[in-house]
Order: sequence, then structure tokens, then C-alpha cells
Amino acid sequence: MRVTARRLLAATASTLILLGAGACGGTTRENSGDTGSGAQSGASADPNAKFKEGVKMAFLPKQLNNPYTDVEVSGGKAALGELKGEYKLVGPNDASASSQVSYINTLIQQQQDVIAIAANDPNAVCPSLKQAKAAKIKIVGFDSDAAKDCRDVFINQATTQGIGESLVKMASEQAGPDGGEIAILSATPNATNQNSWIEVMKTELAKPENSKLKLVKTAYGNDDDQKSFQEAQGLLQSYPKLKVIVAPTTVGIAAAGRYVSSSSYKGKVAVTGLGLPNQMREYVKDGTVKKFALWVPSDIGYLAAYAGVALASGQITGAEGEKFKAGKLGDYTIGKDGEIVLGPPTEFTAENIDKYDF
Amino acid sequence: MAERSFDAKRWLGWDTAIIALTVIWLVVASLSVENFGTSRNFTFLILDLLPIAIVALPMTFIIVTGEIDLSVASTLGLSSAVMGQLWTAGLSIETIIPLCVLLGAVLGALNGFLVTGLGLPSLAVTIGTLALYRGLAFVVLGDSAVADFPENYTGWVVGTINDGAVPNVLILLVILAAVFGVLLHATPFGRSLYAIGANAQAAHFSGIRVARTKFWLYVLSGAIAGLAGVLWTLRYSSARADNGAGLELAVVAAVLLGGVSIFGGKGTLPGVLAGVLLLAALQNALRLEDVSGQALNVVTGVLLVASVLLPNIITSVRGGRQRRKLRQATTA
Repeated sequence: MRVTARRLLAATASTLILLGAGACGGTTRENSGDTGSGAQSGASADPNAKFKEGVKMAFLPKQLNNPYTDVEVSGGKAALGELKGEYKLVGPNDASASSQVSYINTLIQQQQDVIAIAANDPNAVCPSLKQAKAAKIKIVGFDSDAAKDCRDVFINQATTQGIGESLVKMASEQAGPDGGEIAILSATPNATNQNSWIEVMKTELAKPENSKLKLVKTAYGNDDDQKSFQEAQGLLQSYPKLKVIVAPTTVGIAAAGRYVSSSSYKGKVAVTGLGLPNQMREYVKDGTVKKFALWVPSDIGYLAAYAGVALASGQITGAEGEKFKAGKLGDYTIGKDGEIVLGPPTEFTAENIDKYDF
Repeated sequence: MAERSFDAKRWLGWDTAIIALTVIWLVVASLSVENFGTSRNFTFLILDLLPIAIVALPMTFIIVTGEIDLSVASTLGLSSAVMGQLWTAGLSIETIIPLCVLLGAVLGALNGFLVTGLGLPSLAVTIGTLALYRGLAFVVLGDSAVADFPENYTGWVVGTINDGAVPNVLILLVILAAVFGVLLHATPFGRSLYAIGANAQAAHFSGIRVARTKFWLYVLSGAIAGLAGVLWTLRYSSARADNGAGLELAVVAAVLLGGVSIFGGKGTLPGVLAGVLLLAALQNALRLEDVSGQALNVVTGVLLVASVLLPNIITSVRGGRQRRKLRQATTA
């Protein structure tokens, strides 16, 4: 009788293997072909169409309860108020790649008109977004882009080039004329934004005018306060000659600011990067941080909402060159690959920081 | 006779209650939650619960024997990472899939060896390998993601039979569940698992090869987790080292909710499948009602605590009643 059980086990195992080995034709990376078809909607834009009222738009940020995200989507809420649309905010508690998919599926079920998404993984959300598009839902990417053929437009907070240059410029100013060692404290190692800025930074650093700056390490704080704090601490211990920590993430710069301001490195090591004025005010006032930059995050949500409603109203389709009006922000033109650039980042210093509250 | 009806009551225990509760919840949600009872939502629901469900099958076996395997989600992640790396290296997907299942089996064998060969506690061992396998996953694939898997495979995993409501992967789940169900409930092997869980020593002395059985359960659990890694990767078209992080908790939660005793010796597979379905349907419905993620976690947590607490309360209440009866009988 025991044999029966063993046979069953063996049968299961071999079925599993057969399931895999099935067609031994062999699908490899080479012969599977390019799958990105980039489905273009045949619809044409009507620039004179009015903004529709009652557009149901849902914001799906990378994760909820992140102060930066909260400010971002607040702009979307304000814009949908102006446009008389229905605002909704949903999202996972963790910023893992796959956790957004269930939320997209739910939004498809609820028949939203527009989904604004900050993708945790540009590819993992793609199949679901394609299903959403098939269900006539418009997709606006913001903050962190999804793969191009899975969304209609993408709100870019600033050009990648612009941010990368501005980060290197701030680092160079604060390292002083003699230059020195700098380190980057980033978010997660696969964060789309941060990685593309870091790429630009590296190109900039390779230029002769920045030859005195030496990038010694890129550390990852995973956008987690405690981890970022520990990483900042680790950087200063491993590189005693470090002059500047550049953190292109709000969580990272705040954690680095907190560590440096409470340590003996205060005044010796500069912290700069992208941060929220409210989180950084203390460190700017106590001299730890001289200058940092950021776009105004609520404007991203605001622009995303206007773009979303413009898509739902048929004013735009996401093709290059189409124009629309985004309320208080003025006129925008869609760029290559459906990108809409918000504008240049704002620099914050001890002089102007009190003018901003976010 | 009184004793026999008592037995029947125990047998119609927690798992039957969970199955009933699941059916009630599905009906209530279909009637009251907008968009819950649609065929598309059914597809989404099955896709969401698939990895939890298949990993829960061998997990049930292991918990029935009184052990645990917390490394399953990390095995899944490592399988996914290896899949990505091999795909990038140019191997065919038909070769990669069995290799990933095999890899899972090897990882499971290591767990099995540490638990049965060296006699270490499974909780400690698999917490260790949870960290180890996840770490290896990051060593293999680093922080990058591999996304360009062939569309006929990724499409199959998210697709439905004849584009209807029944997801393709449901067939796989039904086959696996049937095999595991027969193994557990209709073979001497299955009965030996309960014997091991109830009293490993007694089982050993009655001729059951306890260590060997447990070893193979870990191998099985690893292989299934490896397969889950493949399915996960294909579903999200994304091989990443952090895939499935935290899934082990969802699996153990579903198994316990389904009426399997954490101390071993008790529980049924239908109960576990109901537990998986109940948790998934609850989360799905609450999301459709725009309940926030935190609240979702609270609901899951409360359910889990209740599923561990209630059977214990019921048992102690029954025990108390029996003692009282006994006392009355002796004084009379």
C-alpha cells in the first residue's frame, strides 16, 4: 500500500517536469522575438473638446503613507476638484513590484475612467495596465514610469538630464573648489527615477570640469528611514574623507541630514539632494544642509489630473506635439514617447525655505 | 453513544466551519459588493490566490506532521531570480522551468536534511534558510529585473480557457490539489502524516519512517515553491530577487485558518483550500470597497488570531464541561 503513495508522488513529480519540458521546441530569448508592439490607438485628438465633468480618476502611488506621495496626490485631488471629477486614492502598503497589480485589477473592475500610476516596476504592472487600456481606461504615468506601451502619457517631474545636472552642480558647490569624495544615498536599487538620475550624474562627473569630484559609493536606503540612516552612518565610517552625501530621494536626504546633524561630522560633511522643505527645515536652519532641490510635488499630481481628464475628454491621445491647458500651471505640449515635462526643479536654501510648506 | 456523537462533533470541526464561512462570504460578497461576482473578477481572484494555494498544499502536509517551512517565499524568490538569469543566458524556457522546480527541490532537501538529518528545530532552520535563500536570490540577480519572457508563456499564465472566465492556471491548481488531497486523505502515507503529527515517537515505534517522510515533505515543499516562482515570474513578466517576499506568512495564515493545528496531527486539505479562498476573497472584496491596505492587514490579522484562538477556547470549554460532568457523576 505504501507503494501507491510513492507512485502518486512520483507521478506528480514527473507531471511537473513534463509540464515544463512539454514542447521541446525550445523557446529562448533569441527566438521569442520582440513582443513590444506599442499598440497605438486609432483615435484622433480633438484639441477643442471641453474638459468632461464627472471623470472618475484613481491615483495609484508606489505605496501609501509616504509623505512625499501624500503631497503629490493632493495636487491631483485639487485639480479634480477644479475639473468636477471624482478623485480616488488607492495603493499598497509595501512598494514591492507585484503588489500594485491587484489594485489595477480592482480599478478595472470598478470601471474608472483614468488611472494615474507611479509604477514600482515598469514591467510587472504592464500586463494589467494593458487590460485596463483594453477596458477603455486612460493611463497616466507619474513619478516613476511604466513601460511606454502600457500607458498613454507620463508626467515627468523634470527631465532626467536636468535633475542629474542639478544634483552634480549642488554637490560641486558644496564640495568647494578643491573637490573631494562624494557618495550617493539612493532609494531602492531598482527605482526607475533614481537610477536614471544617477546615470546622468555619472556622465556629468566624467566631464573635465568635475574631475575633482570622486564618486566613491552608491548606497541604497530602500526609502526606509532606518535603513537610510544606517547607510549614511556606514558611508561616513567607510569613507572618512567624504565631503558630500547626495541623496536623490526625500527619505534618504532627511535620514542623512538627521545623522550628520547629530554627529561629529556636522559642518564637515555636506548633505544635499532632493528633499521636502518641511522635513529639511531643521537641518537647513542648523547649518547641516546648505542647499537642496525639488520640484513642487503637488504640481505633479495636479498636472497628472489635468492630463488624465484631457485624455478622457478626447482633447489629447498621448501623441507627440498635442497641446492642452493645465489650469494654474499653464500650457503643456506632449513630448516624445508621450512625456509631459513639469518644469525645472526649485532650489531651497535658508533664505527661501520658509516660503514653502510641503 | 454519547462519546460517538462527541467524536462526530470534533470531526465536523473548524475546517467544516471555514468551508461554510467561505461559501457564505462568497454569496454575501457577490450580492453586496459591486463588481465582485463578475467573471473577470473571478479570474483576478484565482490569479491572486494561485501562488498561496499551491504552496499551501505541501505546507499543510508539513504542518500536519508538526513541523513548519518558512523558507517557501524565499525559495520562490530564488527560483524567480535563477529563472531570470538563465533566460538572459539564452537557455530555452522549456529547460528553465524544470530546472527551477529541481532547484526548489534541492533547496527543500537542504531544509529536510537540517531538520531530519541533524535534528534541528524546523522553525529555526527555515527562518535561517528564509534569509539565506533570499540572500542568494539577490546574489544571483542583484537588483535588476528580467522582463522579456515569451508572450505565449506569460499570456498562458494570465489567460483564461477559450478567453472565458476560467483561468488556465486553475487547471494546474485543481490537478495539484487533487493529487495532494488523495495523498493526504486516501493513502496510508497520508495517515502516517497525522500519526507523526499526533505523536512522532509513537509513530516511529509503529514502523513509520518519521525522518524519511519529513525529509521528502521538505523536498516536495521546495519543488512546489520553485514551481510557484516560475508561475509568479511569468504572471508579472518580471523575474526579480524580491518576488514573493512575505508570502510565507500568507500561506501559513491560510493553512491555520483552514483548520490545521500548528501543533500537528489535525486538519484537512479542503479546509486549507477554503482558508486560502476566504482570505483572498475577503481581501478582494474589501479592495473593491476601497478599504485601505492597513485595514486589510488588520482584518487578516484578526481572522488569523481568531482561527488559532477559537478552536482552543472551544476545546477548553468542552473539556471543562466534561470535567464538570465527571465530577457530578462521582459525587452522585
